[in-house]
Amino acid sequence: MNLGVNSMSVTTSSASWKSDAVSDQFPAGLRVLVVDDDPTCLRILEKMLRNCRYEVTTCGRAEVALKLLRDNKDGFDVVISDVHMPDMDGFKLLERVGLEMDLPVIMMSADDSKSVVMKGVTHGACDYLIKPVRMEALKNIWQHVVRKKKNEWKEKDAEQSGSVEEGDRQQKPTDDADYSSSANEGNWRNSRKRKEEEDDGDDKDDSSTLKKPRVVWSVELHQQFVTAVNQLGIDKAVPKKILELMNVPGLTRENVASHLQKYRLYLRRLSGQPQNGLGNSFLGPQDSGFGSISSLNGLDLQAYASSGQIPAQSLASIQAAALGRVTNKSGIVDQRNIFSFDNPNMRFLDGQQHHSNGKQVNLLHGIPTNMDSKQLAALHQSGQPFGNTLMNVHSQSGQSNSLLTQMVQPQSRTQMLNEVGGNPVLNFPSSVGQPGLSQAIPGSVFSRYGMDNNNVRPLTYTSLSQPTSVVEFSRSQGMELSGNSIPLTSNSGIPSYTSKGTTLQEEVNSEIKGSRGFLPNFDAFNELSQNRTDTWDLQNVGSTFETPQHSNIQSRLDVAPSVLVQPAFTSDHRNGHIRTTSVNKAAFSAATSLGNGTNFGQQLTPSHADSALRIKTERLPDMGFQNSLFPDQLGQDDLMSTLLKQQQDGLAPVENEFGFDEYQLDNLPV
Amino acid sequence: MERQAAYLRNALFDQGYLDEQFLQLEDLQDQANPHFVEEVVKLFYTDSVRLIQSIELTLKNTPRDFEKLDKIMHQFKGSTTSIGAKKVKKECTQFQEYCNVGNVEGCIREFQEVKQEHAALKRKLENYFQLAREAR
Repeated sequence: MNLGVNSMSVTTSSASWKSDAVSDQFPAGLRVLVVDDDPTCLRILEKMLRNCRYEVTTCGRAEVALKLLRDNKDGFDVVISDVHMPDMDGFKLLERVGLEMDLPVIMMSADDSKSVVMKGVTHGACDYLIKPVRMEALKNIWQHVVRKKKNEWKEKDAEQSGSVEEGDRQQKPTDDADYSSSANEGNWRNSRKRKEEEDDGDDKDDSSTLKKPRVVWSVELHQQFVTAVNQLGIDKAVPKKILELMNVPGLTRENVASHLQKYRLYLRRLSGQPQNGLGNSFLGPQDSGFGSISSLNGLDLQAYASSGQIPAQSLASIQAAALGRVTNKSGIVDQRNIFSFDNPNMRFLDGQQHHSNGKQVNLLHGIPTNMDSKQLAALHQSGQPFGNTLMNVHSQSGQSNSLLTQMVQPQSRTQMLNEVGGNPVLNFPSSVGQPGLSQAIPGSVFSRYGMDNNNVRPLTYTSLSQPTSVVEFSRSQGMELSGNSIPLTSNSGIPSYTSKGTTLQEEVNSEIKGSRGFLPNFDAFNELSQNRTDTWDLQNVGSTFETPQHSNIQSRLDVAPSVLVQPAFTSDHRNGHIRTTSVNKAAFSAATSLGNGTNFGQQLTPSHADSALRIKTERLPDMGFQNSLFPDQLGQDDLMSTLLKQQQDGLAPVENEFGFDEYQLDNLPV
Repeated sequence: MERQAAYLRNALFDQGYLDEQFLQLEDLQDQANPHFVEEVVKLFYTDSVRLIQSIELTLKNTPRDFEKLDKIMHQFKGSTTSIGAKKVKKECTQFQEYCNVGNVEGCIREFQEVKQEHAALKRKLENYFQLAREAR
């Protein structure tokens, strides 16, 4: 049939968005992915779409759909999904697709009740079709694709500044693949190379076409994004600044802008569903959480400081990082969720190693559990100096991101940690010669931040899947965390911390360990805060951690990350602040538990990730808590008590939520 | 033959067994897919069996899980709607209403109606397709 609507203003774009062959036949050839568990409906839709001359791919399960989307990053233009599906809620899928792939998603359902339709809107659906779907309704779905592209281009044109954009804009289709992959994989190197090679003089007109390299928001990338947003403050986070902060070659302002939009929607949604059901306890009262987190952070930092391990400065930075992280977390969370299904990012870690320091992206990446056993071993060893590292970590003001990256690179890790959240504390790894430890740190860094706990979880979740190396790590580390006793000390030799409170130490340890699973830590962190697991005592963390581990970590370090997460979660959300603490613990425990529970089982349970995501978003809105955090530091005593309280509360739940496993213990770049 | 098939088809519409959604299916049938409608109907009947069985089972368990019943029925109803099975759909809606108020007897009774309509339509459609095939 002839849809024939080429009268659209974006004719040029339309031409470019699809391969040249079909450009002039737009919207014919539109690549649609249909997801519906009802085979009858699926068949009918398929036929209808075919009759519209679209390229149809059908899927009976959401998980399969996500995998398809991930494997073919640029393979689809629009997704149509049913709302009620047995394996995954359609809205969840919607969120993931939106965040990960930035594709327009159309929801369908026989249910036409206002609440459900509203849900579609708030979750970011482009459209909502009532079943039975008629041909006429499907004929016009191309408008959503065009609209989206048009908006992206518009932004791009408006911004047109920054070399990044240029480089990005000019990417040709082929580059897109690179770009996407680089974004995903965090092959910064590649992207950098590409950028260099590319002539800036490339025709900018490309941007005017719809054909834009699709950015894949990998866990790492998202993590960076979240970090940047947190640093700027959610209210003040403008795409341009975020882009600058992220410093990702090849990323355009438009990419960031659209991602930010989604992110905000996500946050808003989370805040609109407080307490609930995100399903993850870790959301916990955001506001309160934040406060507590800060207190926790302060506490931790102080503790550390007192132990002489953590320079006061670091503390502050850590806290700041923690605060900032929260927002990041949400972003991460989403990522995590996304990743959980597929851990393409795992690979990223390997690549990351190079990046490290400063590459926020690494953080997330690292999570993928591609840790090699070698890495694990390295981690293991590094674990020893862990204690030292911890110290170093503090000094480094890297960000949590660095943590992740750290995972990739043992050394860089420390820096990364700092970078990530800007929490110096996290930088443990630097000194840690042990790749293993440092890896953990990233995780912990997150946890420290607590911010990302929510987010982290999702991230970690995926990464956890690659725990292979991680597991080993923990084992080698002798992390006897297995249980509550977070033997981190054994590796890290952070005896001094103990004085402050074993918890601190544990935290540190866990953090370090957490770094591995960077992602997980995040979640853990968030969750921890939520749960309030102030508990410093890693032991709890460790114990809780173990349990959950199985889900994700297949015996990899991932577990560690989950550990982090877990404590946080248990307390159930919202204790953003607490989370931080707990997260650390979780990380710590995770690390330890890794050793013990190497086989945690990878699946953190995507649900957690999801919930983590959600929870995070809720929390994130209050990015401002950073400020609040600091003040909290002052009340050490209070913090202490809060922490302890949290600990108690939070330890338990973390377990499965986190699902670190993927976390990447593997990534430890030994 | 052709006239008979057409007559049967019209009767199905007139008697309320089928609605305009069925027309949509017919519109989709073309040279490339000459038996599309029949294919889809077959698909529906194959798939709906498991849903019906699931409802049977759930109805037997006590206490009755109305939420689950509603959920399964929602799925089943979605399928019936997509092929335009008007009467079956009506019974499904009725069943869901009983679920909402927790009326066990109502649910059980209504479910019987659903099954009956489901089976009746199947027979009629099979006849129709048979005639239509022969007419071609």
